[in-house]
Amino acid sequence: MSAQTRYILICSGKGGVGKTTLTANLGIALAKQGVKTAVLDADFGLRNLDLLLGLENRIVYTAQDVLSESCRLEQALVKHKQEPNLALLPAGNPRMLEWLKPDDMKRITALLADLFDVVLIDCPAGIEDGFKNAVAAAQEAIVVTTPEVSAVRDADRVIGLLNSEGIKPIQLVLNRVRPKMMASQEMLGVSDVTDILALPLLGLVVEDEQVIVSTNRGEPLTLNGSASPAALAYHNVARRLQGEDIPLIDPSKERQGFRAKLSRLMNTKIF
Amino acid sequence: MAMTLRDAINKLLGRQSPSASTARQRLQLVLAHDRSDLNPELLHQMRLEILEVVSRYVELDFEEGDVSLATEDRVTALVANLPIKRARDIPLPATPAQA
Repeated sequence: MSAQTRYILICSGKGGVGKTTLTANLGIALAKQGVKTAVLDADFGLRNLDLLLGLENRIVYTAQDVLSESCRLEQALVKHKQEPNLALLPAGNPRMLEWLKPDDMKRITALLADLFDVVLIDCPAGIEDGFKNAVAAAQEAIVVTTPEVSAVRDADRVIGLLNSEGIKPIQLVLNRVRPKMMASQEMLGVSDVTDILALPLLGLVVEDEQVIVSTNRGEPLTLNGSASPAALAYHNVARRLQGEDIPLIDPSKERQGFRAKLSRLMNTKIF
Repeated sequence: MAMTLRDAINKLLGRQSPSASTARQRLQLVLAHDRSDLNPELLHQMRLEILEVVSRYVELDFEEGDVSLATEDRVTALVANLPIKRARDIPLPATPAQA
């Protein structure tokens, strides 16, 4: 198994765009497909992946204890009760940031190779040491952004750094899409973002209140068969990641009815 | 610059154009600078020197001219748009063969 283990970094540059939510939902969705998946919280300063997965009370050991050999890897891994194909390797104490080096991250992820098909690495925001550590352990990357100027700009910086580290493929997930605002040209469009960042699109997730509800409960949307738009989008990201060809539908062009038709007419380029 | 029917109507009615096109333009400009990693002061200096060199040969319309960075597909280019008023009358440098 070790030769095929995929190490996928989930990053964004800017904070608060949905990295950790994507990591949690994608982890569950992959596990449901029968893919043995580990999610690694590489945000040692502000860890949250445990909380989104509802595993915060089950952490005994962390990546730090594995590195210092005060426990075995199996003891630190927190297996999800409902989805045993998914395990979390929790981030250690924030003080780890003082001594953790890219080589330490490589050591941790190498240990996971025998046990998992896919390792998702939840990257911290920013482009400083925490980012560099997380990148060291990755082969490919998913860049998460929202259709906002600041998020796209930061994503662009991160893509530049990933390119120079030889990470590939790099794919894009466009999060928090508001179809109505896109249709009325008050939000950057899907093609605006993909053109500017020049990345293939892996997924489109519309803004969905259910994401907040699921976060409150510590149950990712993909866990309990939710049919909400974001849940379907996350499942589709997981399937595309596994090589399935699922068409991407631009939600701002999908709407029906007179107003939507008028809106499309208004957006046709006249010169 | 592409224009949509919506932009045209907004222009006719004197309304502000939708913010997405503003966002797009602002992003393209800021990313061209981010990607080139050029210090704005150095860029300004380079712009002045380019204008100075070109002005030795032709008379430029400084009001209209522009030297800026543009970016497409993650490649950044230096784009100069320098309208020429007239060529300067400069004698060709003498070559050794003619001498």
